[in-house]
Amino acid sequence: MTTDQGLVPTRRRRRTPVDWIREGGLSTLLFALPLIVIFGVFSWLPIGRALIMSFQETNLVVTSWVGLDNFRSVLADPNLPTALRNTGYFALLALIFGYPIPLVGAVLMSEVRRMKGVYSVLAYLPVVVPPVVAVLLWKFLYDPRPEGVFNQMLGWVGLGPMPWLQSATWAMPSLVIEATWAAAGGTVIIYLAALLGVPPELYDAAEVDGASIWRKVWHVTLPQLRGVLLITFILQIIGTAQVFLEPYLFTGGGPANATLTILLLIYRYAFGQSLGADYGEATALSLLLAIFLAVMSLVYFRLTRAWSSS
Amino acid sequence: MRSLTKPTTAVLAASAVAIGLLSACSGASPEAPETSPDDTTSTTDEATSDTPQDVTLRVVSLLPGSDQAAFDAFDERVTQFEALYPHIDVEAEEYEWKATTFAAQLAGGTLPDVYEIPFTDAKTLIENGQLADVDAQFHDLPYSGDFNEALLEAGKGPDGHVYAIPAKSIYGVALHYNRALFDAAGLDPDDPPTTWAEVRSAAKQIKDATGVAGYAQMAADNTGGWQLTSATYTRGGRTQVAEADGTYTATLTNPGTKAALEFLKALRWEDDSLYADATLNWGTVNEKFAAGQIGMYTSGSDVYTALAESFGVTPDSSGLKVADYGLTAIPNEGADSGVLVGGTLAAVNIRADDAVKDAAIKWIDFFYLQPHLDEGPAVENAQVRFDNGQPVGTPVLPIFSREQYETSLGWIEQFINVPLENMTGYTDVMFDQPVVGEPSASTQEIYALLDVPVQAVMTDQNADIDALLEQAQTQAQSLLDEG
Repeated sequence: MTTDQGLVPTRRRRRTPVDWIREGGLSTLLFALPLIVIFGVFSWLPIGRALIMSFQETNLVVTSWVGLDNFRSVLADPNLPTALRNTGYFALLALIFGYPIPLVGAVLMSEVRRMKGVYSVLAYLPVVVPPVVAVLLWKFLYDPRPEGVFNQMLGWVGLGPMPWLQSATWAMPSLVIEATWAAAGGTVIIYLAALLGVPPELYDAAEVDGASIWRKVWHVTLPQLRGVLLITFILQIIGTAQVFLEPYLFTGGGPANATLTILLLIYRYAFGQSLGADYGEATALSLLLAIFLAVMSLVYFRLTRAWSSS
Repeated sequence: MRSLTKPTTAVLAASAVAIGLLSACSGASPEAPETSPDDTTSTTDEATSDTPQDVTLRVVSLLPGSDQAAFDAFDERVTQFEALYPHIDVEAEEYEWKATTFAAQLAGGTLPDVYEIPFTDAKTLIENGQLADVDAQFHDLPYSGDFNEALLEAGKGPDGHVYAIPAKSIYGVALHYNRALFDAAGLDPDDPPTTWAEVRSAAKQIKDATGVAGYAQMAADNTGGWQLTSATYTRGGRTQVAEADGTYTATLTNPGTKAALEFLKALRWEDDSLYADATLNWGTVNEKFAAGQIGMYTSGSDVYTALAESFGVTPDSSGLKVADYGLTAIPNEGADSGVLVGGTLAAVNIRADDAVKDAAIKWIDFFYLQPHLDEGPAVENAQVRFDNGQPVGTPVLPIFSREQYETSLGWIEQFINVPLENMTGYTDVMFDQPVVGEPSASTQEIYALLDVPVQAVMTDQNADIDALLEQAQTQAQSLLDEG
């Protein structure tokens, strides 16, 4: 192929599979293969299967197509409003009680001079405890009799024994307390790392302007952490909307459905009766929940685009 | 980033990992453990073949977590069976009837060949085509005509074929009590309550004298509804009526159910003698009772076997000792009063072929039924259990006839180690009590609905029983109408 003096570039010859291999394509594929296989079999395939199952009536042995019937019966279930209300209640309590605590903890820990590491470990320890173990432990602590551990502690300050999990009013707050204890540590670590990124000059400037500790937090710390806070907010909403472990292990949805959440309702559809009742309805409700959370997240990111630090 | 132009080592490593993963996946496929249909190459069936092919039979043994001694007793029985039928190789696995595992095991083909199901679920399983038709093999049994018809009915399909065979734990709901607590409270353990009013006052006395809850009731995981239904029956009520045209009507607002809930409410809020835990189910109430934290409760009459095998009731336990266990009849009041009965059937996996079904019937015959019918096997079975410290002689309702049951008790008299003298309150009347089967339609789902009023009454002092029952009634009726 002749060329003019550097004015026209050499025409590339077509790429062949050999070129692809030589450039490392094959090794890339082979490295990715275990990941693809594992995610495919254990994550994406079940999601696809669930999508299909939501349009079927099935007990895994006998299957038939029923179109939108599952969605209709799920939306008509008298337990659905209860589950929605309870899930919303849990999310609200977790937001009021559980969202500020890791932030407060992280701010306090960042002010500590010595033994910072010890506090981080103590904060993270509940996260490391296996969830089932944690719940069984708290179930014991929540014993409603006056001899129960928490009730004894309340007795020291003169408060009467609380029914904790045995009362429809107090069951959900009890669950939120344990859930916060179990999960706060992870968020504390995240906030601690984010706090390291706040330039200390800002604090010095605020000091010069005569700001108290509260004003420093409000005017310097929070705006600097805005991006992280927005992310943890939506993650918490998504997480609490899918709460299952605490209601299932503590109360089984009781007493009298006071702690029935959406995911527990899904579990009941699938496994509630001794025969494994209705996978169609379970997957239908799961799909509805997933769509709802996806839409909500999209809206959230749209709305907060102006506020995020990027 | 510079791509690897000499990827030899890296590529080989990645390939090795990928191949290893893929072969591990295929090795763990659900089809692999299901060796029984694949093992047998025989195309003949029935006992006419005189050189039976080798068959591997997977059977269920005991509840997970049972005593090692109980497992040892079971293993001895397996050895005896394999000596009798050398061509059958028995593989046993722990098993618990649970929704979370049953359907998945069934679909994945890992369900054992012979497994146990409660009476309540047999009809639905047959309807769903999940049980093997063992009618032919069943009728080969020489005693197939001697079964108690009412029990056999529970395992028959709409075509009249037998799909599941009554196997064990045929129970009537009865009242269990802790004799030591009775003593401590100044009550006579040999004179247990016979009316609900007496139960209430005994519970109050136990609570006042010892601080221990005098009475408990299951409330969660469908057991709340089960016990509420039993309590309804004893007060003359019924939760369901079968109409002449084949449909069912829910009758949850009947006076018996209401009275049962008011009883619980009174014990909980007026007497404070109820064990206040609305999460109690069959297992946890047994646990608490075996730990000595409950004075009385109702459950199947055969629960002593489980208490001794799996919940730690031993002659010298720190909680409930063997000698402190008492059993008496559940109070029956009013006309139409009855005792709820249920039990366990043995079913065969739908995927079993004829050779496996033959082996399955032989196992069911040997392990579950022969001890009731023939002195040799009865003594063998009792001996093994006795030697391993397992309970022998727990009162159960007869699978065959009353005479057969009493005869079989006579054979094993020397091995009986359960405190029968403390169970006379039940055994004296067990054959005279009017028995009522569990409701037949949407049973477990309606039990789940009834859990709610039980839990509400136990946790809310101002629970409106009428409103709760109305709500349950509406939901139950719509379940019955669509099912």
